[in-house]
Amino acid sequence: MKLDRREFIKQAAIGSALATAGSLFPGISFGSWNRLAGGPGVLAWQKTPCRFCGTGCGLLVGVSDGRAVAVKGDPNCTVNKGLCCMKGYHSVQALYGRDRITTAKVRKNGTLVEVPISEALDLVAEKLKQTRDTYGKDSVAMYGSGQWTIPDGYVASKLFKGCLGTNNVEANARLCMASAVTGFMTSFGLDEPMGCYEDIDHADVFVTWGNNMAEMHPVLFSRMLSSRKRRAGVKIIDFATRFTRTSQAADKSIIFKPQTDLAVANAICYEIIKNNWVNDNFVTTHVSFHKGKTNIGYGTEDHFTFTDSAETIDYEAFKLFLEDYTPEKVEKISGVPAEEIKYLASLYGNPSLKVTSFWCMGMNQHTRGTWINNLVYNIHLLVGKISTPGNSPFSLTGQPSACGTVREVGTLTHKLPHGVVMNEHDRQMAAEIWQVSVENIDPKPSYHTVEMFRALDRGDIKFIWIQVTNPMVTMPNLRRYRDGALKDDRFVVVSDVYPTPTTDVADVILPAAMWIEQEGMFGNSERRTQHFAQIVDPPGEAMSDTWQIIEVAKRLGFEKQFPWSQDNYIEPIWEEYRRFHAGPTHEMAPYTVLAERSGVQWPFVNGRETRWRYNPAYDPACNNGKDFDFYGKKDNRAWIWARPYEPPAESPDEDYNFWLNTGRVIEHWHTGSMTRRVPVLHNAVPSSYVEIHPEDAADLGVVNGDLVKIISRRGELTMPAQINGRGVPVRGMVFVPFFDESYLINEVTLDAFCPISKQPDYKKCAVRLEKA
Amino acid sequence: MPIFSYLAIPKKDARKTLCEELSTLEHCQIIPADNQDVVVLVTDTPDDHIEKKLQHTLKSLPSLQSLSLAFGYNEKLE
Repeated sequence: MKLDRREFIKQAAIGSALATAGSLFPGISFGSWNRLAGGPGVLAWQKTPCRFCGTGCGLLVGVSDGRAVAVKGDPNCTVNKGLCCMKGYHSVQALYGRDRITTAKVRKNGTLVEVPISEALDLVAEKLKQTRDTYGKDSVAMYGSGQWTIPDGYVASKLFKGCLGTNNVEANARLCMASAVTGFMTSFGLDEPMGCYEDIDHADVFVTWGNNMAEMHPVLFSRMLSSRKRRAGVKIIDFATRFTRTSQAADKSIIFKPQTDLAVANAICYEIIKNNWVNDNFVTTHVSFHKGKTNIGYGTEDHFTFTDSAETIDYEAFKLFLEDYTPEKVEKISGVPAEEIKYLASLYGNPSLKVTSFWCMGMNQHTRGTWINNLVYNIHLLVGKISTPGNSPFSLTGQPSACGTVREVGTLTHKLPHGVVMNEHDRQMAAEIWQVSVENIDPKPSYHTVEMFRALDRGDIKFIWIQVTNPMVTMPNLRRYRDGALKDDRFVVVSDVYPTPTTDVADVILPAAMWIEQEGMFGNSERRTQHFAQIVDPPGEAMSDTWQIIEVAKRLGFEKQFPWSQDNYIEPIWEEYRRFHAGPTHEMAPYTVLAERSGVQWPFVNGRETRWRYNPAYDPACNNGKDFDFYGKKDNRAWIWARPYEPPAESPDEDYNFWLNTGRVIEHWHTGSMTRRVPVLHNAVPSSYVEIHPEDAADLGVVNGDLVKIISRRGELTMPAQINGRGVPVRGMVFVPFFDESYLINEVTLDAFCPISKQPDYKKCAVRLEKA
Repeated sequence: MPIFSYLAIPKKDARKTLCEELSTLEHCQIIPADNQDVVVLVTDTPDDHIEKKLQHTLKSLPSLQSLSLAFGYNEKLE
């Protein structure tokens, strides 16, 4: 049954109406819509997680004549219960952009020419081998993504860490989630949230910490609004550096000065203790107190290293540490009135209220990202509001498989699918499962993402293979890294679906299958693994990233480690990978279970999913006989950290007198390489802009649409002003969305990072403005 | 040859009636929400004349409280 052009437009009309309904009516569902009545019909609906953010909404994709033509929310998926956001409803249109990469290209005499994909893969394998033989194992690198499927990341790690012996495997999740990981590891000894989205149905108070959920996690935000509408007394408090759509919908908006969330979090703890709101039983039984190093730097120099060390302190020492953070003192640092700090503390401190804190990039893209993660856990731990329905410190993810692939498979330089390269037992386990010599796995981590691109610039790395990500838009202090990638003896391979500024620097472009053009799995923010089958064929010679890596591995002589056939490789890869997580703390569901359901939460033990970890009522790994078991740490306790306020790497001064904050908008996914090819989304927000406070705009003599030059110590950019738009920064701050490759705002940003997580801070650097 | 999509909001307690009335109209397709009083209406008419007649009919439906345009396309104008 063929879908003609007119029917296709009709599907777009339906998609737009559904998306509009989703944005206007929180929690609305069209899940029982079974057919396109009156049209030529959709032959089949098939389940998949959404391609875009880390929420992991379940979608049903309607297929007609081999083409994905319609989307609706999957009513059987507990994540979204039939609801979608505008990106989800329009997601399948991202498959069909006119300039889709369908053939391989190789740069010859400076020009990219089309070649058969087998020839391009031959060249990739040859260059990889040649570079490794000439310059050593650490001269080659793989840079992937939180949009990698789980099998993509797994085979990348196996090839580079297991077979080639280099830990040069990183992923763009370093830029978005690394501080969440180190926050979890330092506070609990294990990564990923203890709670789940069901917390939204139970919490009385939601505090969004620097997190514009209305635009970044719209379906979860809708669930929150729906919960507030349904239940009396539910409150949303938005704690942010800029007034957003989230602030607008919140019951209260509290604005703080950039970086001072550290001080406010400590002040909340101070108030909780001062008012005797501490849950003494919980703290005595389940918490220990620690401090780490201070004045830890910002990583702006090459070869920067830092290792924290934990010192155990007692409760009295922690209380003494907090004396510097009375609400009155913190008001001076943060600009948050002492009364509002006390109000926040009273919400956390009230034993009759269940509190869920949400955060994402605001706390993670932070030069003290690990610390601020620790500090929000401190608050929840002091009052014992954790690991029970509605009481949840909840770190959200930004990408569909930042958790599933990067954090769980471990596609970061120090990680293995189970544990870390530094641990002998973990290396032995990997060597056994991967069928490689244990000596092959280097016990020393190499380069984290920023340092990896610095190494490419320096020439320490000569070969880099980039998959499913667009670093030539997203790297901070971008000009340095683009110039580095373009140097003569660098060889850059890029696997992608559309031309981007990253394919512009490529020596080889490999056409990639996208999302439902291949089989795979993602893992979302709430430990949910989501399988999707191949629903439509990839165009031209496009090939899954997993299979591209396997093809190169076979060419390099690793047939034994990559024995699978193209007809059936996802299931055996999954079953091999699953062995790494065997056991009650992280058991993953078998392939057959994943294939049937709209996602399964791990630990999956004896056919049962785990909704709240560390709580024996839900978590099969708890075995201490107490009401909670924080089994990730050797002392079986969650750790409270004394972490001070320290200023950011760069603050406004006389020469550069504005803060620059960067981020996203609801219509576009990351760098816009997919959503800008969806007409409805592109037309909604066709280009980027700089948000300016109306009084700052008046001082500059700028009105809406006027061009403004943004200048930092790294570079400058001229773009149109937006005044009183959807977001309003405070005076002295500007905000720029980064989705538009015509305006490369990261040429202006600073590559300072959290010394513990190595995650850069995209939210704070100093700029000055000129009317252009 | 216009195609439009709308969010149709029924008058109080008239959701079922609205769905029935819209279903009987030519050139109309509806997708009712599962859990709220909202109906997605898609119209696909062969020419402007019929489109105007349909719009007139829609506005006179007793069960309809409001109609909000979400998407519009007219081949003639492309």
